[in-house]
Amino acid sequence: MSPFRRLVARDLRLALRQGGDAATVIAFFVLTVILFPFGVGPEPLLLQRIAAGIVWVTALLAALLSLDRLFLADYEDGSLEALALMGLPLEAQVAAKCLAHWLVTGLPLTVMAPVLALLLHLRAESYPALVLGMALGTPSLSLIGAVGAALTLGARRGGVLLSLLVLPLYIPVLIFGVAACEAAGAGFAARPHLLLLAALLVLALALAPFAAAAGLRQALE
Amino acid sequence: MIHRFANPARFMRLSAALLPWCAVLGALLIAAGLVFGLVLAPADYQQGDAVRIMYVHVPAAWMASFVYAVMAAASAVGLIWRHPLADIAARAAAPLGAGFTAICLITGSLWGEPMWGTWWVWDARLTSVLVLFFLYLGYIALVNAFDEPTRGARAGAILALVGIVNLPIIKFSVDWWNTLHQPASVFRLGGPTIAASMLWPLLAMALGFTVFFVTLLMVRMRTALIAAKVRALRQVASEAEARPAPRTPRGSLGSVRQ
Amino acid sequence: MLEPSPPASAKNGFTGSALACRRGERLVFEGLAFSVPPGGVLVLTGANGSGKSSLLRVMTGLTPAEAGRLAWDGLAISDDPAAHRARLHFIGHAEALKPVLTAAENLVFWAGMRGGTDGAAALDRFRLGALAATPCRLLSAGQRRRLALARLVASHAPLWLLDEPLTGLDDDSVADLHEVIAAHRDAGGRIVLSTHAPLALDGAVTLALGDFAPRWPFAVPP
Repeated sequence: MSPFRRLVARDLRLALRQGGDAATVIAFFVLTVILFPFGVGPEPLLLQRIAAGIVWVTALLAALLSLDRLFLADYEDGSLEALALMGLPLEAQVAAKCLAHWLVTGLPLTVMAPVLALLLHLRAESYPALVLGMALGTPSLSLIGAVGAALTLGARRGGVLLSLLVLPLYIPVLIFGVAACEAAGAGFAARPHLLLLAALLVLALALAPFAAAAGLRQALE
Repeated sequence: MIHRFANPARFMRLSAALLPWCAVLGALLIAAGLVFGLVLAPADYQQGDAVRIMYVHVPAAWMASFVYAVMAAASAVGLIWRHPLADIAARAAAPLGAGFTAICLITGSLWGEPMWGTWWVWDARLTSVLVLFFLYLGYIALVNAFDEPTRGARAGAILALVGIVNLPIIKFSVDWWNTLHQPASVFRLGGPTIAASMLWPLLAMALGFTVFFVTLLMVRMRTALIAAKVRALRQVASEAEARPAPRTPRGSLGSVRQ
Repeated sequence: MLEPSPPASAKNGFTGSALACRRGERLVFEGLAFSVPPGGVLVLTGANGSGKSSLLRVMTGLTPAEAGRLAWDGLAISDDPAAHRARLHFIGHAEALKPVLTAAENLVFWAGMRGGTDGAAALDRFRLGALAATPCRLLSAGQRRRLALARLVASHAPLWLLDEPLTGLDDDSVADLHEVIAAHRDAGGRIVLSTHAPLALDGAVTLALGDFAPRWPFAVPP
């Protein structure tokens, strides 16, 4: 097994055995979406108008929840130090951890999103754009979040600080994700927005591992 | 022996010499810009006198982006060459940039009220500046979140570089978002070509703000260097009891003070 | 008995020259030089805070040195940090063990990341075979230490950097470690380790960190 796959497999095994992460993220996602009808009223037309926005914003916040633990456990028990001394470049290791993180958080969010959109009366035409958009957007969220997690390792109040750092960087993903749903719902093509999301993903894949690895090296000095 | 603060003595001398000149120049430019803009330039035919806020609002927006670019450049120098002055410069610039963004947001809000009756408008520029404000706040929070100052400076440097890459993306996506949602207002500067009488005060203000920024940056950097020196001296003093006094280079004869 | 080993030539040793290290804003040591030939052991001694752990981290490349040069067989480490990482094992204070994984799973992971396949044999070497399927959270401190040390034999690396490897080990385990060290030296491997307690190793060179304490460690000139 290549070191990359070995690292992904270890992180997945840890997530499965320790449990909690996927469940917490989904629970937060569901509960927060449900809060909105209580907040704005259950009128179907109103909910339909804001459904895409609610689902996307809540997915963003849910993705944030498990991010601060992405590197923290490894940092505290010495595993990060040992990993930094492996042959596999730290950038590739960051990508491996992001992949595992996405499989445990982003993927369940993508699967739950259409279910929750049903509760918010999302237009039927928007569903494919929603699912595709989330499938393209959530990996970017994991990657950008990894940069924030790496930079806040060992900081005071790291969790809140992480949110402050990462949420502004999430805004482009949010804008294009919602735009895709709304375009589809209004009968226009969602393709341009989905392509932009894909472009953001490619950019994140190219740059985030380097920024995160730089942050990790700097934390280990 | 390696002394980290030996080099900045040159900076301290240079900044001490430049400071009064920059301060005076900045004050003059801003005064000139304010006089021409607030008093002498023509009022907009549609917006009336309220357009004069633009003479503060627009240069502040320019400065907000400019200072972030300075921060990112200083961060890059600090990361690549590990020059301690670069870290100090980036850290000193951040609150100044945040200040300019705050001025831009507040004046934008003040501009919108007489025009549209609301205190906030989700205009593309104002929204981008708002996001930039949070990027600044995030940077300031990060550099202050570590017990060890060098750790905070390095983490902040990486964040500043990530931010500068993201800024155009955020600007683009906010513009995109704005066009999708039919903007409620557009802060026009008075047509496709700005009249010369409006342009000169604008440029004077922009230049004045820049010189003002450089002045304050030097002040903040000097303060940071002095504070670091005080910290180090305190450390020396507190350990002086525990260790024997070091030999001075000239030997045990010759004392500096009577 | 500690006696100086024959000096290593520049071509054939893990060497450091004029090394200085800064932790926070203090200089921890300066002007430090060492040389470890194949089969050699360098023992670092010194009081707490004298820089033993810092020197080991500088040797791994995790912490950049403030000044000086590290070289492996004449080639500077900074020219090829990836190759340097591949040739060393570093066992620090933290054991890098995941509590929910079993001893075997932890060891196989670390060995596999370096392409090693001797996980089971490594466990036996430190008499941990019976604990292979036990989750690490149930292991005692001494057992965790032995498991961390087992990484040394689970995959091969010529240079071993060990930070206080004897902490928490009972006499049998100390004997195991000595055997493993001897086998590694016979095969031409090099070892640098730090210790508080006196250590009996043939032909080991001692480096007292206190000898390299800077006269003026502060960041401002005197």
